[in-house]
This record gives sequence, structure tokens and C-alpha cells, in this order.
Amino acid sequence: MRKPFLLKFLLAAVLLLGNTAFASDSDVEEGKDKKTEIKEFIEHHLQDSHYFNLYGTTDEHGKVHHVGFPLPVILWDNGLQVFSSAEFHHGEEVAEINGNHYRLYHNKIYKTDAEGTITYDEDHHPANVRPLDFSITKSVVMMLVTGLLLLWLFSSLAKSYAKNNSIPTGIGRFFEPIVLYIRDDIAIANIGEKKYKRYMPFLLTIFFFIWFLNMFGLTPLGVNVTGNIAVTTALAVIVFLITNFTGTKDYWKHIFDPLGDGMPWYGKIIIYIILVPIEILGLFIKPFALLIRLYANMTAGHVVLMSLVGLIFIFKSWVGGPLSFGLSFAISLIEVLVALLQAYIFTMLAALYFGFASEEHDHDHGHDEEAELAHL
Amino acid sequence: MEKLVNDFSFGLFFWQIILFVLLLLLLRKFAWKPILNAVNDREEGIKDALAAAENAKKEMQNVTADSEKLLKEARAEREAMLKEAREIKDKMIAESKDQAKAEGDKMIKQAQAAIESEKKAAVADIKNQVAELSVDIAEKIIKEQLANKDKQLKLVDDMLGDIKLN
Repeated sequence: MRKPFLLKFLLAAVLLLGNTAFASDSDVEEGKDKKTEIKEFIEHHLQDSHYFNLYGTTDEHGKVHHVGFPLPVILWDNGLQVFSSAEFHHGEEVAEINGNHYRLYHNKIYKTDAEGTITYDEDHHPANVRPLDFSITKSVVMMLVTGLLLLWLFSSLAKSYAKNNSIPTGIGRFFEPIVLYIRDDIAIANIGEKKYKRYMPFLLTIFFFIWFLNMFGLTPLGVNVTGNIAVTTALAVIVFLITNFTGTKDYWKHIFDPLGDGMPWYGKIIIYIILVPIEILGLFIKPFALLIRLYANMTAGHVVLMSLVGLIFIFKSWVGGPLSFGLSFAISLIEVLVALLQAYIFTMLAALYFGFASEEHDHDHGHDEEAELAHL
Repeated sequence: MEKLVNDFSFGLFFWQIILFVLLLLLLRKFAWKPILNAVNDREEGIKDALAAAENAKKEMQNVTADSEKLLKEARAEREAMLKEAREIKDKMIAESKDQAKAEGDKMIKQAQAAIESEKKAAVADIKNQVAELSVDIAEKIIKEQLANKDKQLKLVDDMLGDIKLN
């Protein structure tokens, strides 16, 4: 009962709050081209941020007021430098910390002189030094929130099992079928009855983690965690490590000796000059496809949704407004589906790769499934 | 591609790895293992219960079949007993009839034999008495007849006469 309500609430929030937040933020700053402004807003939204912005308003002088809270900045620059991002005043001021000067430029921290001069190279990229940035950014905060939410949700589900004689109650009734689906139709189907148990915690965690973050991305909080290349890379790297560290002898044999004993060695050498590098490349391509797929899908979804909402402010008419409202509503619904679908695909493909890695005998039948899923 | 590389934030990557691994470990310990175990246990329980129900059903069927069999046997036994009893009754009646007849015959025979022997004894007795009486009568007659001489002589003559005739 709680989930539909939650969903409705989120949708309503996306449509109402999201739009109003947008409206107030992009409330005409005279002289500035609307399209560029929307484009910049979308680009800004897609990037990670050192502030947790809830919304911004523009006063009559064209000055933008941000409502939100600053997050801690952690830099590694000849020792750990920790300070609040409030020091940057939304990129307007140079922060001076322990004698070092830092400036926020396009959401990235550069080391500058006291005036905050940014020098550019020939490609118009800032040439200043970028200290290693371990800041607790908006995305990190959302990860923490999602992590805590998952932890609370599923440990309370686990406890309710202990209390209620293994019968789920409340929201567990919604989540249990999903857990069972992941077990039966993703893990067991791809990895096999014998070995699926080792991978279950990872598959469940990654599924709910991606799904929840995708769903948070649809809220007016304006987070785009799973549409961040660093995040998807990290997830793909974990998949890659698990795949190759749990790989069986057969898995490695399949890579370095794909034809097996079916051919004499002198025949294989010529083929293997081409085949083995391809197989090795495949090791990396698989997780790379994972990270690009998730990143591209989520980013595209955000761009489309925000562009459609942005259209309202470009059209500014009785026809264009409701039209783009209807379109963005439809896309929002689709995005709810995409949020689930991308989490499912990521989990499914990870399970498929684990299945290849843990397979013990015949490896050939898995390829069809892979090809089938590859176009997703 | 250049934009992607430019957007890549090592800090975020670092936090994602750390947080995800931490989340994975915590969830594994506090959520996934208990949940999966509970679900597995429940599924095992359901499977066991179903098997037990199936067994119970089978047993029930067996019991029903057994009791039916017993009932049939009992009925058959009763039939057999009744039949036997009837036979015994008939046999007993027949036997007692025969016995009675035999006894009766025997008694009749005995009675006849007794009657015969009594009759014989009576006849013998009568014979004796007749003999005695005849002797007495003869004695008396002879005494009478031989009371005078004439008569004695005549008798002798008669007798002699008989002998001569012989």
C-alpha cells in the first residue's frame, strides 16, 4: 500500500516541485538568451555539485539566490584540506584555506592565486592545477542516503521475517517478490543452481542501489548519480573484479584457448593471434558496455525530461505549455520504467558475466543470450 | 569522449567504490543473508508440508482401503460362520434323528427280545404246569381206574392189545 502512494507522491513531486523549482530558477534574467540558459541549466544539473541545491530564485536585480546547503570539500593538496563548500559562495569567491587559494569553476575545483585567475590553454580548457578532490559531493550524499535507506529497509525486512515466522509484512510484501525474482530469474537462470548463492548479495545490492538512485534522479532533488560516468565506472569496475576473481579454470581456458582440444596446436596458433586478443579485449568491453549503457540511458533520460520541461518556458503559449507538460508527464512515466529497466539490465548482465566466469563445463550456450541482451 | 574523460571525477569514483563495498558487506550481513535464509527456510517448510500432506493423504487412502478390506473380511467371516452354524444345526438335527431312530430300534428290539424270552418262559412254565397237571390228572385217573380189579385187568388187556397191534 505504501509503494503506490510513494510513487504517486514522487511523480507529483517531479511534476509540481520540479517545474516550479525550474520556473523560479529560470525566471527571466533579462537579456540572456532563454535557450542558452536552459542548456546551461541542464548541463549544470547533469554534473555533480559541491552544494546540495534545493532550488534557486532570482531577485529583481538578476541576482540568483540559492536555497540549499553546502557540503564538505575534501582536497588532497600537500596534505588533507577539509573545508565547507560555503567558502566558494557558489563559485563567486575564491576560498583561502591554509594559505592555498581554490576556485570553483564549472563545478570543478582549481588551485588559483589570490585573485582566482584561471589561465586557459589553446582548447579553452583551464590550465590550472586540479587538486585531487575527495569531496562529499551531492552524488556522494545521495549514495549515502540511498545506502542508509537500503540498509534500513532491508534489515527491517530481515527482522520482520524473524518476528513473523518468515512471512513478510508491510513493504516487505512489495520487495520480497523482487528479491525472489532476482534470485530465480536472474541469478539461478544465469549462474546456475550450484553457484548462484555467492553472487546473490552483490546482485541484490546492485539492483536496489541502481534502482533507488535512478528513482531519486526523478525526484526534484535534481540528483543524477547513476548518470555520472564516475559512478557507473565504479560499479562496472566492481563487476569486472568479481567476474575475473571468481573465474574458474574453464573460464580462463575459454579466453586463452577458445577452440579447446578440437584442433591441433599448429592450426590454432594462426587463429589465436587474432582470437585471443579479441577474447582479452572482450573482458574489458563487457563491463565497459555496462558503464556506458547505464550512464547514457540515465543521462539521456534527464536531458529529454528537462528539455521538455524547458520547452514550456520557450513556448510560453497556451498550446506549447500544456503540450510540453503532457510530453514531460509521459516521459516521466517512461523514465520510471527506464529506472527499473536499467537496474534490471545492469543486474542481468552482471549475472550473465558471473555465469560465464563460474561455468565449469560447456561455455558455448551462453553466447546467444549475450547477443540477445547486447542490443538493450 | 573527451567530455566523458573530463567529467570523470576520481573522488566520486573513489567514494562510490568505498560506499558500495561497505553497503554490500553491511547488507549482506544484516539483510540479504537473513532474508534469503528465511525465504529458503519457508520454501523448504512449504515443500515439506506439501510432502507431508501428500503422505497423509496416501496414508489415509491406505487406512480407508484397509478398513474396507477388514469390513469385507468380517462380512465374509460372518457369512461363513452363519453358514457353518446352519450346517452344524442341520447336521445335529440329522444326527440326533438318526440316533433317536437307532435308539428306538434298539429299544424295540430289546423289548421284542424280552417279550420273546418272557413268552418262552411263560410257555415253558405253562408246559411244566400242564405236565404236572396232566400227571396229577393221570395219577388221579389211574388211581380211579385202578381202584377195582376188573378195571385193572381190562387196562392190562387194552395195553397188551395195543402192543400186539404194534
